[in-house]
Amino acid sequence: MELLTLLLPILDSTVRSATPLLLACLAGLYSERAGIFDIGLEGKMLASAFMSAAIAYTTGNVWVGLLAGIGASLALSAVHGLASITYRGNQLISGVAINFFAAGMAVVAAQSWFGQGGQTPRLTDESRFSPITLPFAETLQDTPIIGPIYYELISGHTLLVYVAMLAVPLTWFVLYRTRFGLRLRAVGENPSAVDTAGVSVIGLRFAAVAICGVLCGIAGAQLATAEPAAGFVKDMTAGRGFIALAALIFAKWRPWYALFACLLFGFLQAIALRPDQIELVLGFKVQLQLLDALPYILTVVILAGFVGKAIPPRAGGEPYVKER
Amino acid sequence: MDQHPAIELRSISKAFGMVQANKDISMRVMPGTIHGIIGENGAGKSTLMSILYGFYKADSGEIFINGNKTLIPDSQAAIAAGIGMVFQHFKLVENFTVLENIILGVEDGRFLRPSLKKAQAELTQLANEYDLHVEPNALIEDLGVGMLQRVEILKALYRKADILILDEPTGVLTPGEADQLFRILGRLRDEGKTIILITHKLREIMDITDTVSVMRRGEMTATVKTASTSPEALAELMVGRKVLMKVDKAAAQPGDSVLQVIGLNVTDENGVHRLKDVSLEVRAGEILGLAGVSGNGQSELLEVLGGYRKATGTVTLSGEKIPLTGSGANGQSRRNMGISHVPEDRQREGLIMEFAAWENIPFGYHNAPEFQRNRLLMNNKAVRTETAGSMERFDVRPPDPRLRASGFSGGNQQKIVVAREIERNPDLLLVGQPTRGVDIGAIEFIHQQIIALRDQGKAILLVSVELDEIMALSDRIAVMFDGRIMGERLPHETDVKALGLLMAGIAKEAA
Repeated sequence: MELLTLLLPILDSTVRSATPLLLACLAGLYSERAGIFDIGLEGKMLASAFMSAAIAYTTGNVWVGLLAGIGASLALSAVHGLASITYRGNQLISGVAINFFAAGMAVVAAQSWFGQGGQTPRLTDESRFSPITLPFAETLQDTPIIGPIYYELISGHTLLVYVAMLAVPLTWFVLYRTRFGLRLRAVGENPSAVDTAGVSVIGLRFAAVAICGVLCGIAGAQLATAEPAAGFVKDMTAGRGFIALAALIFAKWRPWYALFACLLFGFLQAIALRPDQIELVLGFKVQLQLLDALPYILTVVILAGFVGKAIPPRAGGEPYVKER
Repeated sequence: MDQHPAIELRSISKAFGMVQANKDISMRVMPGTIHGIIGENGAGKSTLMSILYGFYKADSGEIFINGNKTLIPDSQAAIAAGIGMVFQHFKLVENFTVLENIILGVEDGRFLRPSLKKAQAELTQLANEYDLHVEPNALIEDLGVGMLQRVEILKALYRKADILILDEPTGVLTPGEADQLFRILGRLRDEGKTIILITHKLREIMDITDTVSVMRRGEMTATVKTASTSPEALAELMVGRKVLMKVDKAAAQPGDSVLQVIGLNVTDENGVHRLKDVSLEVRAGEILGLAGVSGNGQSELLEVLGGYRKATGTVTLSGEKIPLTGSGANGQSRRNMGISHVPEDRQREGLIMEFAAWENIPFGYHNAPEFQRNRLLMNNKAVRTETAGSMERFDVRPPDPRLRASGFSGGNQQKIVVAREIERNPDLLLVGQPTRGVDIGAIEFIHQQIIALRDQGKAILLVSVELDEIMALSDRIAVMFDGRIMGERLPHETDVKALGLLMAGIAKEAA
């Protein structure tokens, strides 16, 4: 019981921290499975975080904010698609450009709009997503073990957290059980096979990039407008887009693995929030800076290839040029 | 005349920039026949078929399918018109199953399960009907090339193709597998399918086609009944002049042993055992031809000898041991020892395509004293002079040292590589696929150069997937299969069939 009360808050914030990562990771999964590398996840999330918070504040409606965030992210996706699919440009450069653009533009727009030093004003409870208490959570609360787990860990998250969790099985189903998924995976492996089979490579890739935009948009809205967040602040994505990419590699481009990879990163972020508990468990004090750095250290370790060989989609990063 | 041709092309023209790939081409193919299209590389065969399959759009001209004028703007339209194409490089997704590849693009409904189930049933039926058996749930990456080709044919049949185009289908097959393919094609014809076979091999045209069209430099020069022509006549139509079908060479005068390979083993980065106890010997003044279907270890052997792949075993050059691992195992030190290397893929390994001819000539020999002005600077003028000389001696056209490598035709690119390596006067020349994608005129020339080098008393190791080339050039023939040397034969004591068995891994001492 002792351990449970110690662990539950950490796991609870693990789930919350993992949510934007997971959404961004699945966003990257759709895009990269279709053969389009996207290092602009970060920028899209940031753009959506700003737009969703700004519009939620001005309209007072969090749903309108969410739509605006998705819209902003989709617009950047369209730019990426245009550059890397239609004009066959370099996907990395396009992604970098999107990141720079979003990082700068969000702050400038926030400053000229609200004049609060590049932030949006604090959102009130009506203009952000509040936690949802699942049915029977209160009544079951006192049941030993299951009760607290259900009440603390499973219940009491914002809607977007549940959306992200449901996106995992949904993505799996789309990828492996539908026609669209088959074609999506094929176009990331061998676009000329798709082309000669009479399916549009360009259409498929734009569809993938659009899905990526929607998911990044939701991720950004979660960051800025879901409790405990209360608005946009400068650089609030803090590299999550890149961590999501590392998680994607760690997950070998598979949806269920992506969930676990993101939960691991979320866990590392969660323990950084509770240094006291860590000290209690370990018995000695760990430098706070070290705890903060853990997710980034893991990112470097993964990207350096220390976690086994991950084979990316074969046609990833290559613009498709018709040839024989 | 109430039967319409299955395919009729009228005045098809297509240009890529300045190059006229197809010039005013008209052709008729009757249903239920096998129609061959033969021509040298770059003659425009593949372009023409790509137009028919909607891959390229013709600048002008019309296509009629079964007598109806048909527009084919994309592959979807070609499939709808009943045309299926088996490309030279298979269009399959490696980590998908056979079944998934077959339904890709023609799934029934949004969900996969029912489509796969239906496809499996239909596939069994097709397999029985045409004798085309493939394990439907096998992964593509686990299948051999012969099987992959069947998958491609099944893919076309599953799409209800009545017209099947095959582009150089036998390039990757053993003679045995090729015979099997031809049996399948014969069966398809008997079932009423129309087949177009693109090839540059005269033997295949003579063996299987009913009619044959010859293409040269973008034009269709003739269409004849196969029964009323001969290989010599077709070759002349292809090249535009009389061609020697045989290489002239004197008997070899083998001297001392130059290259000795004993117990060579290579395991690649994926842990696959690529070379298994390979031993061979090449003597001065002889050509050892290494035959085999590509991917059976020949490339790895060349890479080890050329110095850019590590191996275990013993290799000696004129009695001197060559390091196979460590810092001494690199291309530069091999070249210093007198081993020159014409790599298999000229565009990836032999040349830097964006560099001019004169910049490509010193590669591997850039430290040669005659190319240095002083310790710091290269003498580019000397390099250019040398290049101009090499280009003249090897008949590279156009003879312009400042032209980028990518600006030359395949044959002339290959001549640049061959010139660079032969002109350094090596003791041992390693040659991989010397005439792949090279026109007949250049093939003749390159063959003559290799034989001339042999006659100067040099040792030559020739790797080629073209059996005709191996038979024509080699003084001895070794056959590789699955990383092993299956056996050695003398060219005048063996034939294509016997070598084919060895290439398929069937060792019969009877051959």
